[in-house]
Amino acid sequence: MTVIHDRPSNPAAGDEDRPIGYGRIQRKEDPRFVRGQGHYLDDIVLPGMLHSAILRAPVAHARLVSIDTTNALAHPKVVAVITGKDLLGLKLAWAPTLSADVQAVLVTDKVRFQGQEVAFVVAEDRYAARDALELIDVEYDVLPPLVDARKALDPDAPVIRDEIEGRTDNRIFDWEIGDKAETDAVFASADVVVSQEVVYPRVHPAPLETCGAVADFDAVNGKLTLYETTQAPHAHRTLFAIVAGIPEHKIRIVSPDIGGGFGNKVGIYPGYILAVVGSIVSGRPVKWVEDRSENLMSTSFARDYIMQGDIAATKDGKILALRTHVLADHGAFNATAQPTKNPAGFFSIFTGSYDLKAAYCSVTGVYTNKAPGGVAYACSFRVTEAVYLVERMVDVLARKLNMDPAELRLKNFIKPEQFPYANKTGWVYDSGNYEAAMRLSMQLAGYEDLRREQAEKRERGELMGIGVAFFTEVVGAGPRKHFDIVGLGMADGAELRVHPTGKAVVRISVQSQGQGHETTFAQIVAEELGIPPEDIEVVHGDTDQTPFGLGTYGSRSTPVSGGAVALVARKVREKAKLIAGAMLETRPEDLEWEKGRWFVKGDPSVGKTIAEIAMGAHGTVALPEGVDGNLDAEVTYDPPNLTFPFGAYICVVDVDPGTGQVKVRRFVAVDDCGTRINPMIIEGQVHGGLTDGVGMALMEIIEFDEAGNCLAGSFMDYLIPTAMEVPDWETGFTVTPSPHHPIGAKGIGESATVGSPPAIVNAVVDALAPFGVTHMDMPCTPARVWAAMQGRARPPI
Amino acid sequence: MQIPAPFDYVRATSVDNALELLARYGPESRVVAGGHSLLPMMKLRLSRPEWLIDINDLYELDFILRDGNKLRVGALTRHTTLLESDEVAALFPIVRDAELVIADPVVRNRGTIGGSLCQADPAEDLSTVCDVLAAEAVIRGPRGERILSMSEFHRGPYETAVGQDELLCELRFGIRPRTGSAYEKVERRVGDWAVGAAGAAVTLAADGTVDDAAVGLTALGLDHLVADAAAVLRGRRPDEELFAQAGRLAAAACDPVADQRGPVDYKRHLADELTQRVLRRACARAAQMQEG
Amino acid sequence: MQISMTVNGNDVTSEIEPRVLLVHYIREVLGLTGTHWGCDTSNCGTCVVLMDGQPVKSCTVLAAMAAGHDIRTVEGLATGGTLDPVQQGFMEEHGLQCGFCTPGMMLTARALLDKNPHPDDTEIRQAISGQICRCTGYATIVRSVQWAAAHPAGHGLDDAPATDYSAGTGLDGTDTAVPDVATETAETGTEVKA
Repeated sequence: MTVIHDRPSNPAAGDEDRPIGYGRIQRKEDPRFVRGQGHYLDDIVLPGMLHSAILRAPVAHARLVSIDTTNALAHPKVVAVITGKDLLGLKLAWAPTLSADVQAVLVTDKVRFQGQEVAFVVAEDRYAARDALELIDVEYDVLPPLVDARKALDPDAPVIRDEIEGRTDNRIFDWEIGDKAETDAVFASADVVVSQEVVYPRVHPAPLETCGAVADFDAVNGKLTLYETTQAPHAHRTLFAIVAGIPEHKIRIVSPDIGGGFGNKVGIYPGYILAVVGSIVSGRPVKWVEDRSENLMSTSFARDYIMQGDIAATKDGKILALRTHVLADHGAFNATAQPTKNPAGFFSIFTGSYDLKAAYCSVTGVYTNKAPGGVAYACSFRVTEAVYLVERMVDVLARKLNMDPAELRLKNFIKPEQFPYANKTGWVYDSGNYEAAMRLSMQLAGYEDLRREQAEKRERGELMGIGVAFFTEVVGAGPRKHFDIVGLGMADGAELRVHPTGKAVVRISVQSQGQGHETTFAQIVAEELGIPPEDIEVVHGDTDQTPFGLGTYGSRSTPVSGGAVALVARKVREKAKLIAGAMLETRPEDLEWEKGRWFVKGDPSVGKTIAEIAMGAHGTVALPEGVDGNLDAEVTYDPPNLTFPFGAYICVVDVDPGTGQVKVRRFVAVDDCGTRINPMIIEGQVHGGLTDGVGMALMEIIEFDEAGNCLAGSFMDYLIPTAMEVPDWETGFTVTPSPHHPIGAKGIGESATVGSPPAIVNAVVDALAPFGVTHMDMPCTPARVWAAMQGRARPPI
Repeated sequence: MQIPAPFDYVRATSVDNALELLARYGPESRVVAGGHSLLPMMKLRLSRPEWLIDINDLYELDFILRDGNKLRVGALTRHTTLLESDEVAALFPIVRDAELVIADPVVRNRGTIGGSLCQADPAEDLSTVCDVLAAEAVIRGPRGERILSMSEFHRGPYETAVGQDELLCELRFGIRPRTGSAYEKVERRVGDWAVGAAGAAVTLAADGTVDDAAVGLTALGLDHLVADAAAVLRGRRPDEELFAQAGRLAAAACDPVADQRGPVDYKRHLADELTQRVLRRACARAAQMQEG
Repeated sequence: MQISMTVNGNDVTSEIEPRVLLVHYIREVLGLTGTHWGCDTSNCGTCVVLMDGQPVKSCTVLAAMAAGHDIRTVEGLATGGTLDPVQQGFMEEHGLQCGFCTPGMMLTARALLDKNPHPDDTEIRQAISGQICRCTGYATIVRSVQWAAAHPAGHGLDDAPATDYSAGTGLDGTDTAVPDVATETAETGTEVKA
């Protein structure tokens, strides 16, 4: 069933009694953060710790002729200078990426992007390490750079990966899905076909905390402790075992408090590996922390998809088919963090929320002289690109058919009774009620009134735009039979221990970067066992302390780890039932559960609380056969399917006709993430994603000049929205639980990042409709909006 | 984090002391006030002074005072102080317009008017403001004090008439009756450097016609005022047609360069559009002053 | 060179290199790691501290320039064992997620409220417009500051972590009903019905 609610966006906290479990409670992590007592990577200081800095390439493409480190080594505070040649000796010059490619840790032969790692300095303090970078002399033989993916496959394009034997071009892969013949046939006979090239530019997650590591190699015991800004500590442990040749049981990864991740902190960067090498070489702990320019220029970017879209429909607005070809710019190394069998991530969900007859997509991935990465920035493995494409195409079609964009969507939604719904590219959507969410967002926005206001304003020459977007997310990867990353199945573990006094510790394999895991996961246990959340400690971020699992990205924590936590709590509950039976001298099947307590059916006064049972389990109760003396359990959850959150967004913009400046006046977001655990945290996740959307739609972009220089190497050039560019968000929700998830939850972390960019761009394009504009590419900067009004959608720079 | 190259630091105790220090340490010394332009350049090691002379203790340069028909503003006056001064806003509303869009509130707590002018970034807003208000710059050096007009003060991008051994001490603004002024900037985001901006000051005659006017542009490739604006506006009654004419003049006078903020034709359009807007607002304010 | 200043009410004196940035001085010399840094160009505001009561970006102030001044960091926000109402407001209204920009945001909020005890939402947004939050989308920060404005004495509670998790409820009673539906659905494995 779908429960529909709307609510004011700023509700006063009520005083209604709250049963233990789900609901709006304050976050358990906040007391330390508001005191400045969070413990982030750069806060770590170990005895004898050294500092480090990376020398980076000033050009995008060049042969490395020579490196002279003599002067740097002569610096009194410099302990070591490591070059690619040194790493070749250690067999560490190249490291495997998460996409079956390799990436240079330090340049040995050729620079392949501006900002690439060339040399590593280890010094007594961070100032000295920086100073020493200037003392390294490097000679480059500059080569012509390739930064335009459209030219990557030209016969005369420079071959970027010429170190790979037999490679003569820049093609990484060709991948396709859907039935091409069937799709082409539908297109051939459709009343209406509209085509549009849609570019999702390169952007960057830019978490406020940059990436860093502290490596501490204990040579006596052969043990490496590596503190890292990582969203996936366990996966990193396994990869470090493979890369560095250190036995996995001798590696401990600790992920402290993380100052934002958004996918930026999934991959293994050369700096992490270099910190380890530095610690091994120096015999002391080594800290490496990148600066902002290093973060923007060298770590995982997002998007960079050039999408040619075609949409087919009947003349009365029934969408029949979608077709797309994508040119995917992966940069100099294919280092995207995504499931092995999905080289384009989950882009194949570009069929969106619509019931289609056919769909087909093909993707060509290419190398360019740009930083590697590609799956990041709350993208749900490229669902952002998919949703942006389909939601732009639907709007382009609406204009062609002269139909209202909300009406066109309502006409084509997958209907509630069609779930589970198998789309044309192999996904089985678990549950949904799209029309309900759409109608709620229209009601909250006052859609009809907005359209009337817009008509009046157009009469006066004012430019007001109303953008509609609907998205279906696919998150919670995923069933191990389909999804792995470098061979590791995408499952997550959970361990729960209820101590004798009834307080509990739950250990999880995912890693918060601000999502509030310590609260949400305690609430899940609380709901299942009736232990108050404040009596449940959530342990995460330390591989020596937690069970194996693949970490937090792709909105997978609640769908996967949340499932694990619910199931482990239920396992404890079932064990508690056996022990309660022994304590009450009753057959377990005669017991009944109420939150926090097993009692005798028909006699609620006779029962045992979880705390009493825990004491019993650890105490002297004669335990039933096969039951050991604790109240602990562990599970590894392999989800049976992914989950499919969805939402309906409406954006209202005003465009200054004289300057092209866009102001987001209102934004209504209705989200459905299934069962809601902590509405306050959910709302926060939505707000953050909507702000990402404003950033991407209006200002964020990483561009390169023809010489291969990155033009967004600092926060002076890479613009992120401030409080002035975003409105007071208006949120609502519907609840359509996932039928297969243990608690019906679907995940919410990336929904708004996925759904908001098309809503905003659709609004801008709608505002510019009087100028005949049907599409413009992001970001809708004042210059670009003005150009679109002049009939040129993208100004040359 | 980026870190400046090593340097020595000395804190000046007075203007005279600052001048002594500048003389002593010579061309390898730099004065620092707010530091929000200089320190980032030093962190990038694009600027490597051997000596940094901190003038933040020169409270004698932190003042706003009315002196007859002039408003005198000390070079160490912080942006926040200028923004919040009701007296400045009443006399020269363009200053508040501009200060509201200079960097951000936290940076404005440190940045100073003198620092902004001496940095002479082509995208710097107060240079245009001082241009259109025909401010005078009071500079002191070993040879004493000199007072320069803005056209003498500006020497082009990142260059001013302030000598290595001199200190900009004060800006003086002539107070004129029936004068209104305004500033407007287009930026990609709050706190970003200008894509383009325009400032105007208009003095109306008793009969409501324009007695004097000045139009300046920021980040649009025009070093000084729009040359013919005053001539075209003078003696005319302000109306939309006149503003449009001035806008065309500004567009013709500017010489912007294409960058990430926009192409040349857009920036030229902004010169036109923003000139019209600031003239419209400046005239309305001048008229209000006349009535008031 | 030797510098002295007051930090959170304590007089400190240190021998430093002239080029040491105030943020590094606070974090690495004084060990107060609640002040963070997020860029090098004074754009992000993560490093904001109060200098003589005014917010400044400590990545773009030299420690030497701060000598003789009064510095207040997040560690000095709570007074007399009681959390500042701004700190309480951020917890009440979910004004933080990863916590990285939070110290700077709270210090700016404190300075704003000292100057203007009843700001409107736009004034709050303007005050924090030089500081980036990548997580919250700002609306909850605005609400947090408004909470502090509305509760100038805070909760009046001691400086102790808020553990009263049952009290903050009441966003919407409906949420209490939903999990049962979901649990039932999941356990029976039946299709979700519209």
